[in-house]
Amino acid sequence: MNPRNATGPKDPNDPKDPKSPGKPAGLLGAAVRRLRRDLVVLAGLLTLAYLILPNVVVMVFSFNKPNGRFNYSWQRFSTDAWQDPCGVADLCGSLGLSLQIAAWATVGATVLGTMIAFALVRYRFRARGAINSLIFLPMAMPEVVMAASLLTLFLNMGARLGFWTVLIAHIMFCLSFVVTAVKARVMSMDPRLEEAARDLYAGPVQTFLRVTLPIAAPGIAAGALLAFALSFDDFIITNFNAGSTVTFPMFVWGSAQRGTPVQINVIGTAMFVLAVLVVVAGQLVAARRKRTAATR
Amino acid sequence: MTLLAEKSPAAEPAPPRRAPARRRLVPYWLLLPGILWLLVFFALPLVYQASTSVQTGSLEQGFRVTWHFATYWDAFTEYWPQFVRSLLYAGTATLLCLLLGYPLAYLIAFRAGRWRNLILVLVIAPFFTSFLIRTLAWKTILADDSAVVAALDALKVLDVTNWLGLTEGDRVLATPLAVVCGLTYNFLPFMILPLYTSLERIDGRLHEAARDLYASPATTFRKVTFPLSLPGVVSGTLLTFIPASGDYVNAELLGSTDTKMIGNVIQSQFLRVLDYPTAAALSFILMAIVLAMVTVYIRRAGTEDLV
Repeated sequence: MNPRNATGPKDPNDPKDPKSPGKPAGLLGAAVRRLRRDLVVLAGLLTLAYLILPNVVVMVFSFNKPNGRFNYSWQRFSTDAWQDPCGVADLCGSLGLSLQIAAWATVGATVLGTMIAFALVRYRFRARGAINSLIFLPMAMPEVVMAASLLTLFLNMGARLGFWTVLIAHIMFCLSFVVTAVKARVMSMDPRLEEAARDLYAGPVQTFLRVTLPIAAPGIAAGALLAFALSFDDFIITNFNAGSTVTFPMFVWGSAQRGTPVQINVIGTAMFVLAVLVVVAGQLVAARRKRTAATR
Repeated sequence: MTLLAEKSPAAEPAPPRRAPARRRLVPYWLLLPGILWLLVFFALPLVYQASTSVQTGSLEQGFRVTWHFATYWDAFTEYWPQFVRSLLYAGTATLLCLLLGYPLAYLIAFRAGRWRNLILVLVIAPFFTSFLIRTLAWKTILADDSAVVAALDALKVLDVTNWLGLTEGDRVLATPLAVVCGLTYNFLPFMILPLYTSLERIDGRLHEAARDLYASPATTFRKVTFPLSLPGVVSGTLLTFIPASGDYVNAELLGSTDTKMIGNVIQSQFLRVLDYPTAAALSFILMAIVLAMVTVYIRRAGTEDLV
């Protein structure tokens, strides 16, 4: 995603290179050479197909009209589900709940994580090693272990499982990812920029708001985006700590037992298309901004 | 990493006098809320779970700590096949992710040209459709009468997987192959992105130097490209193996009762059977195994291969 070198460096292992040692000659040799040169491209594209295939299936089956309760085999074309995406009980409610939880979890994890990241990069203090491990461990542990132990805590405290327990859990596991993303950005910041601001008589608050924060913003944004995606799509931790609250992934999980409505595919497809459009629009805006900046 | 972190305070203009106590407390105030959150909702639960695992009792009469360590032994002897299966499936999926992901990461880094950003978007975009929906799509793809299964059968791939014990007859769904395929699919982007990041960082001049010294493409790859991409290989395999080892979604949706992984057992013990001590013990054993493997792996990769 780096527009700076969009054309990319040259393939270092390109056998077409004239300096490469001896090759069989003739037509067959040329074909073999070409195949060897493009083998990695072919393999990569096959992997890409493997990655995209389920999305294609989800999209195609959003136009299906299944006979039974399950939408697993193709029957006939229909746009019924697209015309009535909320036509299934609880589906849109669960989607709204997931969006709400993801939004709050993003805010919570981003604020707490950014503070930790700044403390880690900018200050010396005791117990740095212990704190680093505390941040690393949630990422190095199977989700089911965290989910089960958190449920043990909630059961022992007699907490009522639901919105709040899910939110607490989501902030907990998103936190480490935000810290990692923001830390990387803050670490690569040039400290001279802040020195310059101070030399120009900016106060600490002004320096932070006008210099530090804008430079750290891409890292914070990346962390927030990651937190949102992780929280929105989380299933295992939610499965343990949600009680009878139904988030969108919980709804899909339940529907795998009860019968999968076509509307699930409609929502999945809509989110996929929306995401691609947002990314493409972002790229276009970035490209235009770069062009205007270059002409200035 | 720490070097830079230690240096930056020194970069601030030297204060005329010793910094006031208020200022020296700043990092602690910054750390306090987040660290407290992790202590209460990550570390403390592990303590509670440790205590639960040595309790005995029943749901009706309540559980009490009796230091009943035999639970661990009982849980392990009863469920060791699921442990072995989990590690085997997760290991196979990780290896497949590496084999499938490396060419794609390489393609994006060196061969994609102006298609690079588009391919990167296509790698990331599936994330935005809930992974459960996408996993359910594999039920359609691998259904008994599907084109994919017919093709695998015609190409005699199923004979090989039958021989390996991964499939049975001409079915793919509800076999180990389906579960491994789902695991591989679900964690593939976590392999591709770190690989791509470390491949993209490689200085092109190193490759030129290798060519100038008459290294063949294969040698260049073996001696230059691959060693330099090892940090990506290490973080990619960790990001794949750790979540895959505890996963129960793929085994539940694509597998059968014969493909249950340890995650399935923990989930059902905790949420259906309500045998909390056994569930806690199993989850602790899983944590210990994964942490031990990760530690050994990082240490080996860090001291020998990553130089």
